[in-house]
Amino acid sequence: NQQNMTSNSNVSNMRRLVEQLKLEASLERIKVSQAAAELQQYCHQNAAKDALLVGVPAGSNPFREPRSCNLF
Amino acid sequence: MNSPPHFICTPFSLMACQGLASGETLKSLKAESETLRKKLEEERKKLHDVELEKVAEKAEALGELNMKTRRTLKGHGNKVLCMDWCKDKRRIVSSSQDGKVIVWDAFTTNKEHAVTMPTTWVMACAYAPSGCAIACGGLDNKCSVYPLSLDKDENLAAKKKSVAMHTNYLSGCTFTNSDMQILTSSGDGTSALWDVESGQLLQSFHGHSADVLTLDLAPSETGNTFVSGGSDKKANVWDLRSGQNVQSFDTHDSDINCVKYYPSGDAFASASDDSTCRLFDLRADREVSIYSKDSIMFGAASVDFSLSGRLLFAGYNDYTINVWDVLKGTRVAILFGHENRVSSLRVSPDGTAFCSGSWDNTLRVRQEGRGVGRELKQGGTTLYG
Repeated sequence: NQQNMTSNSNVSNMRRLVEQLKLEASLERIKVSQAAAELQQYCHQNAAKDALLVGVPAGSNPFREPRSCNLF
Repeated sequence: MNSPPHFICTPFSLMACQGLASGETLKSLKAESETLRKKLEEERKKLHDVELEKVAEKAEALGELNMKTRRTLKGHGNKVLCMDWCKDKRRIVSSSQDGKVIVWDAFTTNKEHAVTMPTTWVMACAYAPSGCAIACGGLDNKCSVYPLSLDKDENLAAKKKSVAMHTNYLSGCTFTNSDMQILTSSGDGTSALWDVESGQLLQSFHGHSADVLTLDLAPSETGNTFVSGGSDKKANVWDLRSGQNVQSFDTHDSDINCVKYYPSGDAFASASDDSTCRLFDLRADREVSIYSKDSIMFGAASVDFSLSGRLLFAGYNDYTINVWDVLKGTRVAILFGHENRVSSLRVSPDGTAFCSGSWDNTLRVRQEGRGVGRELKQGGTTLYG
């Protein structure tokens, strides 16, 4: 009957949810202090190459060269 | 004689029978899920020993930014919904509400290719890694691939290949590390991985409880995962091979319109209709920063990181782009210029420029205007046009 079907699918949905939560709970996590330090280190290591941060080296910027003339 | 009770034999009821036999009931499963949820919260809390902003106090302050518009790409007749850079750092593909998909040479502003899709609202477009094809789709519920030919007169539509088929609109698409596979997100609540040549579905990803609005593939060095965001306010991380949802984040208060990985692959940022952008660290398994201001009241539509991950560019429905200091959590610039919502925003592959697409029908390519070698100074928020 209809009620039986619904409650059976609820059980399987619930079981799926429990399995998903078990998976997420088993994740190995690190402390925010460590994660933050590593994010910061990555920024620092790559800052000099970040042209949106420090600018584009003069003479190597195609967006600053004069555009080609289009006659058509 | 007692006859055994009748059961309707469906797969569900068979499973339920097995469950009931081992003592599980709906009630006990509910209780178990609550216990697990609490445990997850506790585990995450234990590791929350400091704020990112606090750690970043020692970081060098950013100087005043001087973002300049270098190119304005005009040619779409209607709202630009999506854009993507080619790996050659000069070509851009963009798609619009009126069904047009255009490939631009951003250096010259020339239109190299144009395709009219048999649908309006082309919400997703992507450039193939080889630069030899583009993918796009929208209200047609499909993702189609168009090989790009050197012959500009060739009819692109003739070579079109339908790859992905969803049961609702296509919201996002990206090639994986080759031209051979495409990952798609859809209003049907799923994401999917497809083989381009055969159109075969390789893997599907179920878990969102509403439209999936965005996805981003992890940088290739960090392995086989991607992150998706949806109307269910959740951001989910998935294993490409197994289809498993490996991590889930639900701190946003409204739809997540865009997700983007931090360049190291250890974190990702999100943009939401709740007017905030947030940073989620994957190894700490939690939100670690929120980029917001009381004065920002409109939804954020799109985000991307600068090459070092220090800057987060975010496009909003109030027509502006806010530039955030990712570590310190402060805003470092507001960029004006678009005359309608900023719908799409991406940093170029070598990080020298970023492009924004807007409902004002244009795309703008911007760069930092300072020369290299200038000292970083203390700076506040700066307004630029």
